Amino acid sequence: MQHSITRKTGRGTRQSRNDHPAVQALLIVLTILFFAAFIFMPLALVFAEGFRKGVGLYLESIREPFALAAVKLTLITAAIVVPLNAVFGVTAAWAVSKFSFRGKTLLVSLLDLPFAVSPVIAGLIFVLLAGSRTAFGSWLADHGIRIIFSTPGIVIATLFVTFPFVARELIPLMESQGREEEEAAITLGARGWQVFSVITLPNIRWGVMYGMILCMARSIGEFGAVSVVSGHIRGMTNTIPLHVEILYSEYNYAASFAVASILVFLALVTVALKAIVEQRVHIHQRNNPS
Amino acid sequence: MPPFTRKNRHILPGFGLSMGYTVFYLSAIVIVPLATIVIGSFNMDQQAFIATVTSPRVLASYRLSISTAIVAALFNAIFGFLSAWTLVRYRFPGRRVLDAMVDLPFALPTAVAGICFATLYSPVGWIGQLLAKADIQLINAPSGIVIALIFIGFPFVVRTIQPVLAELEPEIEESAQSLGATRWQTFRRILLPHLFPALLTGVTLSFARGIGEYGSVIFIAGNLPFKTEIAPLMIMTKLDQFDYDGASAVALVLLLISFSMLLVLNGVQRWQQKSYR
Repeated sequence: MQHSITRKTGRGTRQSRNDHPAVQALLIVLTILFFAAFIFMPLALVFAEGFRKGVGLYLESIREPFALAAVKLTLITAAIVVPLNAVFGVTAAWAVSKFSFRGKTLLVSLLDLPFAVSPVIAGLIFVLLAGSRTAFGSWLADHGIRIIFSTPGIVIATLFVTFPFVARELIPLMESQGREEEEAAITLGARGWQVFSVITLPNIRWGVMYGMILCMARSIGEFGAVSVVSGHIRGMTNTIPLHVEILYSEYNYAASFAVASILVFLALVTVALKAIVEQRVHIHQRNNPS
Repeated sequence: MPPFTRKNRHILPGFGLSMGYTVFYLSAIVIVPLATIVIGSFNMDQQAFIATVTSPRVLASYRLSISTAIVAALFNAIFGFLSAWTLVRYRFPGRRVLDAMVDLPFALPTAVAGICFATLYSPVGWIGQLLAKADIQLINAPSGIVIALIFIGFPFVVRTIQPVLAELEPEIEESAQSLGATRWQTFRRILLPHLFPALLTGVTLSFARGIGEYGSVIFIAGNLPFKTEIAPLMIMTKLDQFDYDGASAVALVLLLISFSMLLVLNGVQRWQQKSYR
């Protein structure tokens, strides 16, 4: 830690790297202007618009039954999606980073696939899959199981769009850590599960956290995919972002921004947590050079 | 070459279990659902498929999605590079806050971004009313889409350039300078070529994300057929009319575009890794 700080400042003051002060000032001002227009103004706007018609209406908008139902559904979805994708991420990273096998590159590229798919298409594929035209769809219909326009559809679509987050965070981390520690433990007689919980898990815990934070943020905020499968039934299949959209399209701007401010607050928490965990991951990597 | 001999003897346990679960989960959540759309399109009437994806309105939506994503990615190339440079190289108050806030577009739900930009740039909004005095309106036009896509793609460029820029050895610049290069020459001839692969990766990511983006765009675009209707919205429109074949056809072509972008990206990344070795 100490080492890196001195190195950093040392680098910063190197003569060869000093741009002309006027250049520095100009570039800093341009950067700040960009951030002001694209990051800070939208944030400020949400609260300005949300409170425009007073604190009373703001509180009412986020406490009315439909808003609360949307918050509840969003939290339920995240509570199912994040653990499932986290377990998968750890498993996949274990398989990819601790063993060598054929087709590893292909497998790793397939894991990233959902990021290349438009959210609307992510929703569409589940509408098609559960529709009456596939065998799976007719089986669902025969057994009276509803996926589309109900909570399971929202959960599955969210699983799809947040699928890669934990895995892609862990694979490079675990690959850089190698397998020597685990192999030593096995040689000394440890059992598989012991190796994982005593050696591997402590090494990757911040990486898992980091992936879960990203996964959580996306599952709370997903709009396109959920919008396709939800059917927008108020109080039933509306998540927070969908509720924001409905209020906005009804020209109920103050309420829309009030509900949106919940999401902004969560986004700011995410950004802060991410920054903290990121620092942790770096410290951890520095203390355990592979 | 014997495939299953000594190579397969693993020291660590759990290969079968972890690999099996990975393949199962991947298939159930990603591969099988994605395959339905491809298989479904085989069963579709071929002429109807071609008629759908070459209809003027659909073609216009592809063109719009691609062109706005390109413009936004180029804009991000400039401002993403600039931001990465200032955040890594300079020390100024608030730098750490800006650095953390680069991730906001990842964390903020796209729908919220959409309503924010639509309101900011509306003729009565904070920025829109200034523009209105100059008779400029950016929303309900392709420029509105570009604004939303800049926001969405910005972190990709910054986050790919930052680590490369931070790892750069000071000796490279020192030797250039000691050989008599000016600061600008050093930047132009030494730094920029070195950073270019990372820049290209970031720009491709930003572009790929922009093509498929839906949530932030629909609030600001105006959604007029032929003018401001993006491809993902086209899919949505067909779905709302219960035209499942049409929606799948439009989606399949969009998927093909995205996957070819993924291939390009893989090539770029391999090149990037090679050039930094």
